[in-house]
Amino acid sequence: MTARWTTAARLATATLIMSLLSSGALAAGGASGALKPANNDPGNVQSLQRGARNFFNYCSGCHSMEYVRYSRIGNDLEIPDEMVYKNFMFGQGKLGDTVQAAMTPESAQAWFGAVPPDLSLTARSKGTSYIYSFLLSFYKDDSRELGVNNLVLAGAAMPHVLADLQGLRTPKYKVWTDDDGHEHKEFEGFEQLTEGKLSSEEYEGFIRDITNFLDYSAEPVKNERRALGIKVLAYMGILFLLAMAMKKEYWKDVH
Amino acid sequence: MSVTSEDMGTRIGKQVDAIGQWVNDRLNVGDFYKKHLSEYYAPKNFNIWYYFGSFALIVLVIQLVTGVFLTMNYKPSAAEAFASVEYIMRDVRWGWLIRYMHSTGASFFFIVVYLHMFRGMMYGSYRRPRELLWIIGMLIYVMLMAEAFMGYLLPWGQMSYWGAQVIVSLFGAIPVVGDALTEWIRGDFFISDITLNRFFAFHVIALPLILVFLIVVHLAALHEVGSNNPDGIEIKKYKDENGKPLDGIAFHPYYTVKDIMGAVVFLALFAAVVFFSPEMNGYFLEHANFEPADRLKTPEHIAPVWYFTPFYAILRAVPHKLGGVVAMGLAIVVLFLLPWLDRSPARSIRYKSVINKVALGIFAVSFVILGWLGLQPATTVYTNIARVCTVIYFAFFLGLPWISRMGEHKPVPERVTGGH
Repeated sequence: MTARWTTAARLATATLIMSLLSSGALAAGGASGALKPANNDPGNVQSLQRGARNFFNYCSGCHSMEYVRYSRIGNDLEIPDEMVYKNFMFGQGKLGDTVQAAMTPESAQAWFGAVPPDLSLTARSKGTSYIYSFLLSFYKDDSRELGVNNLVLAGAAMPHVLADLQGLRTPKYKVWTDDDGHEHKEFEGFEQLTEGKLSSEEYEGFIRDITNFLDYSAEPVKNERRALGIKVLAYMGILFLLAMAMKKEYWKDVH
Repeated sequence: MSVTSEDMGTRIGKQVDAIGQWVNDRLNVGDFYKKHLSEYYAPKNFNIWYYFGSFALIVLVIQLVTGVFLTMNYKPSAAEAFASVEYIMRDVRWGWLIRYMHSTGASFFFIVVYLHMFRGMMYGSYRRPRELLWIIGMLIYVMLMAEAFMGYLLPWGQMSYWGAQVIVSLFGAIPVVGDALTEWIRGDFFISDITLNRFFAFHVIALPLILVFLIVVHLAALHEVGSNNPDGIEIKKYKDENGKPLDGIAFHPYYTVKDIMGAVVFLALFAAVVFFSPEMNGYFLEHANFEPADRLKTPEHIAPVWYFTPFYAILRAVPHKLGGVVAMGLAIVVLFLLPWLDRSPARSIRYKSVINKVALGIFAVSFVILGWLGLQPATTVYTNIARVCTVIYFAFFLGLPWISRMGEHKPVPERVTGGH
């Protein structure tokens, strides 16, 4: 019963919010229109758990999350402390520590010519579609030192650490010349060069989970905030009825 | 001897009365209560536009209270500020709620104040004898802008940093003293730890004190001249034998209960943003501000927060740096002059001529367009639109002495129309 009520309340609030936002959302701002929406759901704990696993297997070697504590991840994502300690911390440090990269910034500078950014807040600064599209858009580029480049961030220093899962791809372009003699180049899609361990759907799910985890990490309180908001608005609704009744009672004698 | 509960009640009641009398003999609370609440008579025909003053007070309280709690955990240093905000968001119990209330409160303060000001423009609330009331209100608005601007530096994100950099550098356009002045404001050659410290001091101590003082004076001045109303007429003209205005009702309880009702709606909207969209799509909390300030990395697109953008658009519309700064300053100055620019025979828009209604409408629309343009990159097309709107903005004020007397005004009623 509560679940159904919550869904109904959520729908009602979502409609209210959407109407509020649509009036002001003239420019969503930020990155280019070429980004693909991540369509992740921070309320999906299983997806967050998979995302955390993927993150600690593939990302945390180089990327820190200096504002996120291991213990908080364990609590919020319903992962037992021992598992967090064994699988996310690789048996090192304290549960209350924040997520540190295995690689030092100095060696990162030496190996890749850039220090990998901290990912605590990337989902808020760049957006989830940016993260998702970035992880989707690596392509083979022999002119680059590491043999790959990225369509979302040209000249990215990051190697394609997920290449064994996604395989290598190359972008296809439609090239044509208009009446004025200008050459146009339009991205048409990727061509798979080598197969990865995952199908393209599986890969998209894999990086959607990572994106979801980063979305959670950027604002761990998101689910709690929404849940509390529904209660607060329901309370305000009742309070309004009382306040209106009181006003009407007093204003009876105003003519 | 037994004491009944009734006796006990009377005795306690007498004691309370005695304490009340003791206080009242030394500080006349009763008179104050009468003057400002139970015997302050406000027109009975207030409409929805008359809620925003009380909403502004609510936001003020929200900002003061959440501000105190934020200060307990915030670290005003370039090295720690950004991390301390994330600490509040993640590790301080209810810190996220306090922070979101404060950041949402900043934007809501301006929404409410802009609507409050527009109400004054519609109903001629700045007209004699309320000129000083309007000027004090304008001072509050200017101080609020300073308060918001300095507060925005504190999270020490990229937009905090570069926004402050852009705005402070505007003072550099002033001839001769410009460079020295910007250095004096920053306390350094660039926005630095020193700047952050002094902005913090202004934001949490100096400006709130000034704001609260001005708000008290604003209310005192209001209660001296009495509230205007949507008909723009004086209710003091017709009084009953006791000296109570015929069209007036006691602020308390009538408007207190009405404002409570409005406050609930307002707080529900406030909560909707806090709980479901605290970033408000990047309008209330800009995306780039989730990256720590970096002096070596200029963001691609620097836009101030939405409440400054109409003036920012005016600044950019003028193709000359000093000219732009002057235009931006004048855009605020003309607002102060409003009481003397409007010479219409009717105070309220209800009884003004059609041309006055159209003029106010066009002004409002161009102000909103300017606000939107201030958020966009300055392309040629946008800059040209901004120029048109800037001309409209100034033409409205400068033309007002003539426009306000043009056309046929409707007769103004003797007594207020409509009710509640």
